[in-house]
Amino acid sequence: MRSLRHKLVRDTWHNRGQVLSIAAVVATAIMTVLSMRGTYESLQHARDSFYQESSFPHVWARLERAPESIRSRIEAIDGVQAVDTRVRFMANLRLPDRIGSVTGLFSSVDPEVHALGQLVLRSGRLPGTRERDRVVINEKFSEANGLEEGDTFDGIINGQMRHLMVVGVAISPEYMYPLAPGSIFPDHETFGLIWMGREVLAAESDMEGAFNEVALQLRGGAREAAVIDALDRILKPYGGQGGYGRSEQISHQFLEGELAQNRNTGTLIPAVFLAVVAFLLNMVLRRLVDTQRQEIAVLKAFGYTNATVGWFYLRFALLAVFMGTVVGVVVGTWLGHVMVDLYKEYFVFPDLSYRFGVDLVAIAVVISILSAAVGALGGVRAATSLPPAEAMRPKAPARFRPGIFERMGFERWLSSTARMVLRNIERQPVKSFLSAMGVAFSVAILVLGMFMFDAIEYMMDLQFNQVQREDISLVFERPLPESVQTEIEHHPSVTEAEIFRSVPVRLIHGHLEKEAGIIGRRLGDDLQRIVDEDGREIRLPSEGMVLSRFLADELGLDGPGMVWAEVLEGSRPVRTVAVVDIVDDFLGASAYMELGALHRLAGGTRSVNGANVKVFPGTRDAVMDEMATLPSIAGVSSPRKMYEIFREQMDEGFLLGVFFLVFFSSIIALAVIYNGARIALSERGRELASLRVLGFSRQEVAVLLFSEQGLITFVAIPIGWLLGYWMSWAMVNAFVTESYRIPFLVDTGTFVFSAAATILAAVLSSLVVRRRLNRYDLISVLKTRD
Amino acid sequence: MERHHIFRARGLTKMYDMGEVRVEALRNVDFDLYEGELLVLLGASGSGKSTLLNILGGLDAPTEGTVWYRDRELDTTDEDALTDYRRHHVGFVFQFYNLIPSLTARENVALVTEISDDPMRPDEALDLVGLANRLDHFPAQLSGGEQQRVAIARAVAKRPQVLLCDEPTGALDLETGRIVLRALERVNTELKTAIAVITHNAAIAGMGDRIVRMSSGQIASDEPNPDRVPINNISW
Ligand SMILES: Nc1ncnc2c1ncn2[C@@H]1O[C@H](COP(=O)(O)OP(=O)(O)O)[C@@H](O)[C@H]1O
Ligand SMILES: [Mg+2]
Repeated sequence: MRSLRHKLVRDTWHNRGQVLSIAAVVATAIMTVLSMRGTYESLQHARDSFYQESSFPHVWARLERAPESIRSRIEAIDGVQAVDTRVRFMANLRLPDRIGSVTGLFSSVDPEVHALGQLVLRSGRLPGTRERDRVVINEKFSEANGLEEGDTFDGIINGQMRHLMVVGVAISPEYMYPLAPGSIFPDHETFGLIWMGREVLAAESDMEGAFNEVALQLRGGAREAAVIDALDRILKPYGGQGGYGRSEQISHQFLEGELAQNRNTGTLIPAVFLAVVAFLLNMVLRRLVDTQRQEIAVLKAFGYTNATVGWFYLRFALLAVFMGTVVGVVVGTWLGHVMVDLYKEYFVFPDLSYRFGVDLVAIAVVISILSAAVGALGGVRAATSLPPAEAMRPKAPARFRPGIFERMGFERWLSSTARMVLRNIERQPVKSFLSAMGVAFSVAILVLGMFMFDAIEYMMDLQFNQVQREDISLVFERPLPESVQTEIEHHPSVTEAEIFRSVPVRLIHGHLEKEAGIIGRRLGDDLQRIVDEDGREIRLPSEGMVLSRFLADELGLDGPGMVWAEVLEGSRPVRTVAVVDIVDDFLGASAYMELGALHRLAGGTRSVNGANVKVFPGTRDAVMDEMATLPSIAGVSSPRKMYEIFREQMDEGFLLGVFFLVFFSSIIALAVIYNGARIALSERGRELASLRVLGFSRQEVAVLLFSEQGLITFVAIPIGWLLGYWMSWAMVNAFVTESYRIPFLVDTGTFVFSAAATILAAVLSSLVVRRRLNRYDLISVLKTRD
Repeated sequence: MERHHIFRARGLTKMYDMGEVRVEALRNVDFDLYEGELLVLLGASGSGKSTLLNILGGLDAPTEGTVWYRDRELDTTDEDALTDYRRHHVGFVFQFYNLIPSLTARENVALVTEISDDPMRPDEALDLVGLANRLDHFPAQLSGGEQQRVAIARAVAKRPQVLLCDEPTGALDLETGRIVLRALERVNTELKTAIAVITHNAAIAGMGDRIVRMSSGQIASDEPNPDRVPINNISW
């Protein structure tokens, strides 16, 4: 077999384009396994061990105030393993050098008690339970504001300014994604988690011997719903707001959504790549063996077995798999590290490091080799199904029949060359179908990836250019009369001001209830508007209420109707309100009313508690600074500024993301189309040479050769759109949390871009094959028999 | 009667550079082909027959020398001009039929008629070679002789001035070979197409108007053949 081995080396060199293109797909498959699946496993592992070590609770409930004495009743609930009570409230902070206002979520800690959801200290220590004005802050807040051990800042607790000193920096499993209530993405500069000794915190907030949040850990096998029911019954007299499990815990939800997304893409994308690898290796090896059927017949005549001969050709595939694996492991591991590092920016883990399962790489390699082996053996078996003597003779012309198009009566519209193309596609339906699927997946991956960007882009655009259009948003320290509007408008930098009132209520519909805030605005107000997911504005009614779809769903409302509203402030009236409209929005869970109507509902004085302001260009930061120092103003924030920060991050991420997407998907398209064209050339070189002799130009012959791949690409693109559309839809449904849904709409540009990128890849592959076609020596082809 | 040239070749030399060895496939060959004649090119294997025909047909370029097609000099370096020349003026028939396996007999002919200026109808061309009843058969459903006749029909359908045939019966047995030669003869007499047939088989030579012998890349003899032998009397 030595001379045959030389031949193999020569053939490999001759087919280096194919070896390389397959190696690239193998490499990408392994890269996606290592990066996407690896990221998923790393996150999953880090989360599980953090949850484990910190005794992450299973159930939480908030309430107004309950004495510690009811603790034993909670402990007695069947299925409860451990109970942790807390004191918790929001307060404003004053930080040196910080524009606008900063809020802190204060929570109690007691180093002497085994808590649930324990903090992990990054530096310093926990404050003692009676240690005044000593706090631990969360790591992201510390980093964003340059606050370290020994630094001080002010907090306004219960109306009193306190001078607080940082004694430690920590992370909490309950805030792996530290998000201020009502926000959609974390802003660590303006939102911090502050932990203080339990007893001092209780003393400062009239919570001595009491708590307003409880967390439970359940025994294995306990029924969560039953425990929550029992807990709700106990807490009801104490203003219990309803218990909830992990699936409704914000940090867990976000992390879970991210994990689900990684799990889905980390399974789907590598599976697609492996399928393409399997298909290509099978196809290319079958063809390689087919071109050498005469050599194989000779070997068989000498008595070699199919397996021996198959193994011989398989080495060609092993080279591609080996090269691909090496590159894939190196680049994939690097990419995995990059992705995991990226996650560290968003999620806070005590110990998140990149890890990957060798088993997955092994699976990828085994699948590649198996499919190559099937192709090689299939080819060898086909080549040797004839007796050796017959196989040494040239192959009879392939059998063809009129294609389906012609039988459908399109015949007379087709030129002979068009018929050649169609019949060649139809003669190998499985191969054509798989090629089309490969190209379709390349399109689909682009659609899916671009969709994620489109969706976020769209959501942010809607939120910040349609819904919240103010430069600055003010929250008052105390309710103020409506006349405050004129006062704000008189500020020299302010061009527009609109006041609003926000009233906390419990909405009740039948046996369902949900807490929410009703926002009251004036009818003509324009800085903030109610806009649905399609960008349509919903007019505020002069009577009645507009509800977010999410709230309506919680209350079991699917159209206009009456609900009870229990006002949770002032004289706490309970009244019926008409829900006149439901808005399909995807951020938050809000209720809107006309200001006057809200005053009538809530009773009390006609006061407002905030304003939205537009200022002259360039004056925003100065105005924010100035407002933050006013004692009547509790909070100053800027949606516009948030949007600008977001845009910056998005644009960077977008470029990188698009680069990888285009790269990954192009590799599939390139490899499928290149190998398809290459094999077509080797199968039909003789046909093409005949056409040249008959007077067809190089151009015409090239068009004929590539129309087959072109047609496959053409058919594959809409299939890819559909696939991508469906995959995006699946992704949206995997990611619904209380505070947001991903809008499902795929931009036309995404379809155009995905098609264009794939067509470009197809054209590039064709150009490479075209070079080979141009070098074809027509006479020598025609002199030989096939 | 003045005879018009189809081809006039002067001083044709073709050299193949094979590393150390140089093969001289043609050495200073002068060659003429006239309108309407049936010429047989005879010679041992390797004597340069195919090389000469390929150069005349615009498939290959000579190392030296000039070819005139009628009164036009062939520019063998201009790929587009050669393509155009093959498309409209010459027909080829090879030993291996080189039909397109995915097209029926009729479609194989149509392939050419679709791109030429004043072609026959495909069924007309197939009728000429006696295949009127095989129009919708694919190559795999035809015998070797039938495939070769389809190739001839395909070559003549564009009404070329000249048909170049390189061992058209080389792969066929006697009886089918005769049928193929008869088809060529019919093309020559009915359409007045000039034909050059290559063979290394001296028995076939009798059917030609003129017999040119080649040996070692040169013309060894060039004789008219006043008594064309009927094809039925040819045997090998
Ligand atoms: N492409 C080529 N490369 C090298 N030598 C060639 C090539 N084609 C033909 N020859 C050589 O040129 C000579 C003439 O060949 P050819 O014209 O095919 O002869 P014939 O058709 O008479 O058998 C032979 O010696 C042959 O080996
Ligand atoms: Mg020859």
